[in-house]
Amino acid sequence: MTERTLSSEGWPPAVLDPAGPYSEPVTLLAWVLLAGGPVILAIVLGALWIALRGSPRLKTRLGGEKAIWILGFAFPSVVLTGLLVWGLMLTSSLSAARVPEGAMRVKVIGEMWWWRVHYQDGQGRETLRDANELHIPIGQPVLLELEAADVIHSFWVPRLGGKMDMIPGRTNRLLIEADAPGIYKGQCAEYCGGPHALMGFVVVAHTPADFARWQASRLPSQGAGGEGLALFLSSGCAACHTIRGTPARGRAGPDLTHVGSRRTLGAGILPNNPGTMAGWVADSQAIKPANRMPAYHQFSGEELQALTAYLVSLK
Amino acid sequence: MKGGAAISVLMLLGACAPAPVETAPADPAAVARGRDAASRLGCGACHAMPGIAWPKGRVGPPLSGFGARPLIAGELPNRAPLLAAFVTDAPAMAPGSAMPAIPMKKAEADDIAAWLLSLDD
Ligand code: HEC
Ligand code: HEC
Ligand SMILES: [Cu+2]
Repeated sequence: MTERTLSSEGWPPAVLDPAGPYSEPVTLLAWVLLAGGPVILAIVLGALWIALRGSPRLKTRLGGEKAIWILGFAFPSVVLTGLLVWGLMLTSSLSAARVPEGAMRVKVIGEMWWWRVHYQDGQGRETLRDANELHIPIGQPVLLELEAADVIHSFWVPRLGGKMDMIPGRTNRLLIEADAPGIYKGQCAEYCGGPHALMGFVVVAHTPADFARWQASRLPSQGAGGEGLALFLSSGCAACHTIRGTPARGRAGPDLTHVGSRRTLGAGILPNNPGTMAGWVADSQAIKPANRMPAYHQFSGEELQALTAYLVSLK
Repeated sequence: MKGGAAISVLMLLGACAPAPVETAPADPAAVARGRDAASRLGCGACHAMPGIAWPKGRVGPPLSGFGARPLIAGELPNRAPLLAAFVTDAPAMAPGSAMPAIPMKKAEADDIAAWLLSLDD
């Protein structure tokens, strides 16, 4: 029996299946390079074969001045210059130097080993804080301002755009866009230590009407938290996590105001249901070793149920 | 050939002896679907499970060899219908358990029970 790993709705993400105008050129370029490589390799191997096994006449011709000029100089110059010019033309539309008028802006900050997501208005003022999941409307470019809090990470949602490093002390800009509603998975693409391989991301693309509905639903927590909220506040969770509308104001971990409505837990890696929620809270270290949330060995079964029910209710 | 026939006959006769535990023949398709459902629902967040490489959670007991265990959670007889009810809503079946009710379809629960009962290693 082959062992399998959990694959929650297409994570890790597909890389050669573009779903928007900022990923199509990247995929085309990748295919051309992938196809060109073997052709060049075949030519080199052919030349090698002639050099080792060919008839004296072929060997002389391969070593002749004409062959050197054509194969050694003209051919690589033409191919490489052609590729460079074509590649630059193809990908010039991806540049975030010219941001389309009125593009939505979101700041995404890489952390070891998850992501802060800060939505902004047209003037660059922060409107909403969330984590690990980005919601966008379809059919329009979204400008991401990418930063890093600790070490270098790389933002990559292969179906929606290129790959861009997140560097401490810098802001890098990247455009993404989705053609159709759906869920698009991402993955940190720069080794950042420890559980880097378990640092996933989710983009949810909505129709404009659904996106407006989603925006309207991002209110501070209203619910009477009951025993679950009391446990959250008394167990130290609030030192690291914010739940807007409650006294929990911690900043070291992801904002949990809407954690119950996320598609995933643990930064894109687990499906989100009461089971995975309880499993994560009790022992996230078994799931994502060395992540920065401690394992909790102090809860009884009933307490874990109450805490889980509260977190799941944070829609 | 003759030896083979004799062995087949012996096996048939053996099958007539009353079985100590009645075991419904496992439907391989249900077993495979059950493993996929357990993987998709993230049961691994709390259990190490054979055939699921990651995650291997530690909140609940490892489930290898579960098909041979006499009891579910030390309380209920380990039979398919009870097991399907337990994996859907553990607190209702074993009060005080840390395993929460996990929303799933009835068919998924039945498949997961078939898979769990097939685990013999
Ligand atoms: C020391 C700081 C710290 C404490 C205390 C802490 N957490 Fe966390 N928590 C984190 C960090 C950091 C993450 C992100 C881990 C990762 O994905 O790498 C996290 C992730 C989570 C997530 C998953 C969020 C998501 O979007 O994937 C949940 C749910 C959560 N914590 C709940 C809790 C609860 C409940 C408690 C208290 C019992 C708690 N945390 C205590 C730091 C903390
Ligand atoms: C929050 C963690 C958690 C999750 C998620 C979880 N379980 Fe459990 N599970 C437990 C715990 C804890 C026990 C022990 C319960 C008890 O003895 O009452 C248990 C017990 C069991 C048992 C009985 C084990 C035995 O030794 O008798 C089975 C079978 C089982 N779980 C299957 C599943 C399946 C299938 C899933 C996914 C649908 C799942 N569990 C998800 C925590 C979890
Ligand atoms: Cu990384």
